[in-house]
Amino acid sequence: MRHGKYPFIIGFLVVPVALYAVFVVWAYIQAFYLSVYEWSGLGPVEHFVGLDNFRKMWDDTTFWQSIKHNIFLLVFLPLITVVLALVFAFLLNVGGGHKGGVTRGVWGSKVYRIIFFFPQLLALAIVAVIFGRVFGPDKSGMINGLFPESWSPWLFLADERYAMGCILVVLVWQAVGFYVVLFSAGMGNIPTEVYEAAAIDGATRVTLFFRITIPLLWNTIQVAWVYLGIAAFDAFALVNIMTVDRGGPDGATSVLSLMIYRNAFEFSQAGYASALGVVLFFLTLTFAALTLRVTRRESLEA
Amino acid sequence: MTDIFPKPELDRRTLLRRAAAVGLLATPAVGMLSACVGSSDEGTQDQATGTKSADNPLGIDPKAGVEIVIFNGGLGTDYATKVDTPLFNKKWPEAKVTYSQTEEISTVIQPRINGGNPPDMINNSGSKLMDFGAIVKAGQAADLTDLFAAPSLDIQGKTVADTLVPGAIEQGSYDGKPFAVNYSYTVFGLWYNATLFKKNSWTPPTTWAEFTALCDKMKAAGVVPFGYAGANASYYMVRAILTSAGKIGTEQVLKDIDNLKEGAWTNDAIKQAAEAWAGIGKNYINKTFLGLRHTEVQLQQNQDKVGFYPCGSWLENEQAKDTPKGFEYAIAAYPSVTAADKLPATAINAAAGEIYFAAAKGKNPQGGKEYLRTMLSKEAALEFTKLTKSLTVVAGASDGQTISPGLTSANDAVTKAGKDIFMGYLFDTWYKKLDDESRAAANDLMFKDYDAAKFCERMEKASQAVAKDSSVTKFTRS
Repeated sequence: MRHGKYPFIIGFLVVPVALYAVFVVWAYIQAFYLSVYEWSGLGPVEHFVGLDNFRKMWDDTTFWQSIKHNIFLLVFLPLITVVLALVFAFLLNVGGGHKGGVTRGVWGSKVYRIIFFFPQLLALAIVAVIFGRVFGPDKSGMINGLFPESWSPWLFLADERYAMGCILVVLVWQAVGFYVVLFSAGMGNIPTEVYEAAAIDGATRVTLFFRITIPLLWNTIQVAWVYLGIAAFDAFALVNIMTVDRGGPDGATSVLSLMIYRNAFEFSQAGYASALGVVLFFLTLTFAALTLRVTRRESLEA
Repeated sequence: MTDIFPKPELDRRTLLRRAAAVGLLATPAVGMLSACVGSSDEGTQDQATGTKSADNPLGIDPKAGVEIVIFNGGLGTDYATKVDTPLFNKKWPEAKVTYSQTEEISTVIQPRINGGNPPDMINNSGSKLMDFGAIVKAGQAADLTDLFAAPSLDIQGKTVADTLVPGAIEQGSYDGKPFAVNYSYTVFGLWYNATLFKKNSWTPPTTWAEFTALCDKMKAAGVVPFGYAGANASYYMVRAILTSAGKIGTEQVLKDIDNLKEGAWTNDAIKQAAEAWAGIGKNYINKTFLGLRHTEVQLQQNQDKVGFYPCGSWLENEQAKDTPKGFEYAIAAYPSVTAADKLPATAINAAAGEIYFAAAKGKNPQGGKEYLRTMLSKEAALEFTKLTKSLTVVAGASDGQTISPGLTSANDAVTKAGKDIFMGYLFDTWYKKLDDESRAAANDLMFKDYDAAKFCERMEKASQAVAKDSSVTKFTRS
């Protein structure tokens, strides 16, 4: 070991680790502490109530509604985003076939690569406002404005059956670009000899996709799935800005993160909000651990 | 062959050594525990005091600075910078007023309250306002009894309390003690375009039958007869329903709701009001309004696409930039629902709003109260009305002034109502969860199922849940 390596490393790590410990780790510990108190968010913390907040949560219908919506996002967001991102990444890297010894993407893929990434660059709040207008429930909304005059306008976010679907659409729209880039990078690592060999053996694009690309990208897909699952537990900005009365027509788009925010800052029940935060923490952790476990495969070396 | 699985550098000894090193690093981090929330050691800071006298009834220190924070919203901030602060400094030239404005009161002020150094006078308003009940309970709002007992700044021979409209002080009182000055006086009712009505010879209705007949006429003319914004302003609709209920059964019905009395929401008055409004929702409202924001519906009214809009007298000022020439705002009292309404058709719901309070633990709470006394003078109130087109709680401050059609109309409605003015309800500021539930229930009633019985039962259930929830502070009113 080179002499003086450790002090050098520690010197650079001290500040980031300290910041992380104070603002992230300590915040989590405080949340656990507050969850067993009944505190309004103002003044001193004094009223210890043990597990009462959790009992209250069990009986709260809004809580179960929110969990349901989060699970809806949890199932569909990673699924749709990963599928779309894989398809696009495949088309952008391998879809153009094999020409002169180099696998290339479809025509124009250099431009597509940049355009697909644009949604990621927009701030989430701006995306929410824009899509609020796109999904406007009367003729001045973008989609409704494109329908023929005789159709009565679709209610989108004002319709409790489809409001959550609209949120899902926006989340997918924003996320796909990033994962296209991620998977493109992953695909770049797959040596072209493998593709060539398969092509020589008469593999079609579809076979290439399912037999070569996906297995070799498995680690990346796994990571993407976990990230998207964590994002599905969030969705706060979109629901807060886009939906009717924050939480959808009568709780139809309520999500756990929104519940935490409202309980802490609007209903002055910071203790209950912390308890919700603790539940969110465990849910996210469980999901991440489960996903990594279930989708584990032997890592392949190329 | 390259090492596929490199030998890990970490063995037991190294791990323990490194863990000890991290532990040592963590010790200074303990010092950062002062970022702990809810520190109990609050040590009151030195507060400015002076000697009381006839000219200085609140006993402020004439040299101590006063820090004020104003919410920048529908009323703007000009009244503070151009009227109140100069007026305050005319009397107290040595007391420097430090002014700041924000659009997010709770984001800016709540941390300062928790940290023990709040500003002296705070305008608690806007969509991000702080839960005032919680602030009072935590002892962070100064008791304003001495303010209201002090003589008025420019009305000779009267105390501040005497100069205000009835009910103004009660609205800012919690358990009998006043903690807030509710400054603006808002008149609620059905707002419409007087020019449009004159053109079509429509007259505002006094009975419900007249109301529905007029709605039919408006529908035939291609105007949506009634509308409100379901996406973010359904509390306007809650007020419409409860005002009608108040007219059927007097304000007592609303007081019972505020006091979380059992059966308050299933009272006949509420049921009848809900049924009447559900009828309007079924036949005369545009379904898409559920997804629209208040500015969008208000804009449609400016374009003469919407007839009646339930709102308060801030509406004219809020739409000032978009109102086309020739559009004249006018207000109509809600029509009587039944022939047996206990209050006449002219009865109006008018309430003081816009909370201003002095922080109890600031550096100069008495200075904050003196600033409030300045705002409650006749001169400041008149200038406020001129700037914001909103009435104030200082009675008669703008009598005889024509400022704008909407304001004149509101003033007329108040005069016509005479003694039949009621303040309404307070549960929407006291119990936020109940307020939330009422908004969702109103949207359901008007857009989804038009079921008045369901509305009443749902609110009754929520009300009783709040009553039984010991984590919520309870207030009462008589």
